[in-house]
Amino acid sequence: MAPMAPALAARFRTCEVTGLKVDWHAETLLKVNAVVAVVNFLIGIIAAFGIVMTRWQAVHLLPVDLFYRFLTLHGLNMLIFFIIFFEMAILYFAGPILLKSRLPAARVGWLAFGLMVLGMVVVNTMVLQGKADVLFTSYPPLRADPLYYVGIILFAVGALVVTCLFFATLVVAKRERTYEGSIPLVSFGALTAAIIAVITLLHGAAIYIPTLLWSLDLMEVDPQVYRMVWWGLGHSSQQINVAAQVSVWYLLAALTVGGVVVSEKVSRMAFALYILFISMASAHHLLVDPGMGPAWKIWNTSYAMYLAVLASMVHGFTVPAGIEMGQRLRGYTRGTFEWLKKAPWGDPGFSGAALSVVIFGFLGGVTGVTIGTEQINIIAHNTLRVPGHFHTTVVGGTALAFMAVTYYVLPLIFRKRVAFWGLAKLQPYLFATGIVILSMSMIFQGIFGVPRRNWDISATGAPFQIEYHPVVQLFQATMGIGGLLAIVGGLAYILIAVVSVFFGRPFRLADAHDPSGVPPGVWKLPQQMYQGATVAAVHKTGTRGTVILVFIFLACFILYYFANWKILSFAWKVG
Amino acid sequence: MDPHEAHSAIVSPIGTWWLPAGKQEKMWVGIAFIWCLILFAMMPFWHFRGGQNPSGVRARVAPADFAARVEKFVSDYQVGDDNGVPVVAPPPGSDIYLMAQMWRWYPVLRLKQGVHYTLHLSSVDINHGFSLHPVNLNFQVVPGYDYGLKIVPNKSGDFRIICNEFCGILHHTMVGKVVVD
Repeated sequence: MAPMAPALAARFRTCEVTGLKVDWHAETLLKVNAVVAVVNFLIGIIAAFGIVMTRWQAVHLLPVDLFYRFLTLHGLNMLIFFIIFFEMAILYFAGPILLKSRLPAARVGWLAFGLMVLGMVVVNTMVLQGKADVLFTSYPPLRADPLYYVGIILFAVGALVVTCLFFATLVVAKRERTYEGSIPLVSFGALTAAIIAVITLLHGAAIYIPTLLWSLDLMEVDPQVYRMVWWGLGHSSQQINVAAQVSVWYLLAALTVGGVVVSEKVSRMAFALYILFISMASAHHLLVDPGMGPAWKIWNTSYAMYLAVLASMVHGFTVPAGIEMGQRLRGYTRGTFEWLKKAPWGDPGFSGAALSVVIFGFLGGVTGVTIGTEQINIIAHNTLRVPGHFHTTVVGGTALAFMAVTYYVLPLIFRKRVAFWGLAKLQPYLFATGIVILSMSMIFQGIFGVPRRNWDISATGAPFQIEYHPVVQLFQATMGIGGLLAIVGGLAYILIAVVSVFFGRPFRLADAHDPSGVPPGVWKLPQQMYQGATVAAVHKTGTRGTVILVFIFLACFILYYFANWKILSFAWKVG
Repeated sequence: MDPHEAHSAIVSPIGTWWLPAGKQEKMWVGIAFIWCLILFAMMPFWHFRGGQNPSGVRARVAPADFAARVEKFVSDYQVGDDNGVPVVAPPPGSDIYLMAQMWRWYPVLRLKQGVHYTLHLSSVDINHGFSLHPVNLNFQVVPGYDYGLKIVPNKSGDFRIICNEFCGILHHTMVGKVVVD
């Protein structure tokens, strides 16, 4: 590497744990994005409390107007602001920090951050003032204040600028030779997330700009076309989350147990598959719409031929296999599952990532593919099954993975010990349990036809009464309890993060005599590279444990999928 | 896969990493791909063999035109009145119309078990969601589009139509009725 100018060199510090050279701007932008993400998460959680305590009919907390306002607020702050601010932080990590590069045009990064915060504030202000009670999807002809759409556009432009900055970092790092060989897999995964973000944001521009003009009475927007293009944004953005979350899985596998990449080729091909087919996922929301025919629906809902599903199934193998192999290299070679039993289950970075893999795969993936099937969607569309499904992907999967990585970000980036360490060890389990109970209760209610986005399923004031199957009452209660558990788990996360960042004890590697508040992988980073005979021996044994796990997964998948076809076959004939 | 080397995902792979995958990975990718093909094939298969498909007869329709068709349908076949909503008993095999409007389903339908109808759904204002309860059949109702679905009620009884797309403040009161004799 060429010697740096002193002014530039002064921007860097060397990480004690990883040896990475860290640019002050990249690190500081990472921090501010992460902090704002947590603030949005708090807003989202407050809204979540109102929503779940209203949908639980026995409590029915909020009045009707506030319920839909909170629902709008919850969707936007969780699914857009929390997640995307956090992903911006991930891009600053996976770009300049992991590649030991400077952040080019750092001022542009600050400008983008300002735009995103401004957009977020405008949107939340509009929603709280009751000028945008249009829910997350804002389907026209439902109309919000024009400023609402302006806020979304500002936020999206800011996010687009950050992704461009990430691409610029790749170019700079390559040219300045800050690394040898190819970029690490985690950076590659972040790169796919960034590319998907660009595609997604282009859909966003294609729909929010016309919708803004429509809200000003300057043009027409067709409701069906809106639904198609909007979901090109709305669903594709979930693929940003998937790519970011899978990258975090690989990252945490490396940091917690020295998980290795079983095959660079297979993992990178799987990431590439995400890019190729994402826009097609818009169709998942249009399967029972009048605007499209069966051929369009089948081809698109299956991402060509389930090739993006294939990608997730591949990561579902390679992530645990990498962990198994890493553990075997560390000496946990006995039997089929010693690697799993001796895994650091008390490290919230590991337990959070592991639970995220299981919840995302077994619940999120299986339910998603099933209800995204053209005909099965008839018995699922707009019922509580849909939010039940995506609370296992985007909350139990993505948000939980982001929480897990926070326990490493606090000491490594903020250089603070994790506050309330005992609580932190429990937090992933608490949050995961809550989300699983909540989501499964929603899914079961949905199977009995309970609609999503509904203030009062007892339909007070309707001309005709509705009676649900009595078991719905039970799932209502478990939904409430699961929701409360998840909220407590989420609040615990916020408490830990905020206290650590602003009032936490500083972390220095020299203070290892008092290990409390720092994950084991930070005190002693597991070995990241292996060579020689040990590797050959482990390669020969293979990853037997993982093979058994993925076949259990496949069996559950097949069972759930065909059970749904069976349920569908009992319905009225329709076609 | 180089059998003498292993590294984590935060380390740059050096040299050529485009190497054949291991046996177990190849096996899993193969099985997963076959499963994906089965998932894909099930959808066209159900169009030929299954009884429930969202195909329908689809067309654009201006909201005013659709409202006029509904009015004609009601005046042709009205047999009564339920809670202020006309009850309509169309002949088997006919085209039947259901209008979604903030916040009602219009009219009440009286159908016969085991015969087919073509149910035309549309909205005259904003998006609504047709959810037949407790059968749990769900379709999106989009203004400007006529969704004509061939249906065959397979059970007699008293059914409800719930709106399951958010349509404003009284969304939860938008409940319609279907009776099958």
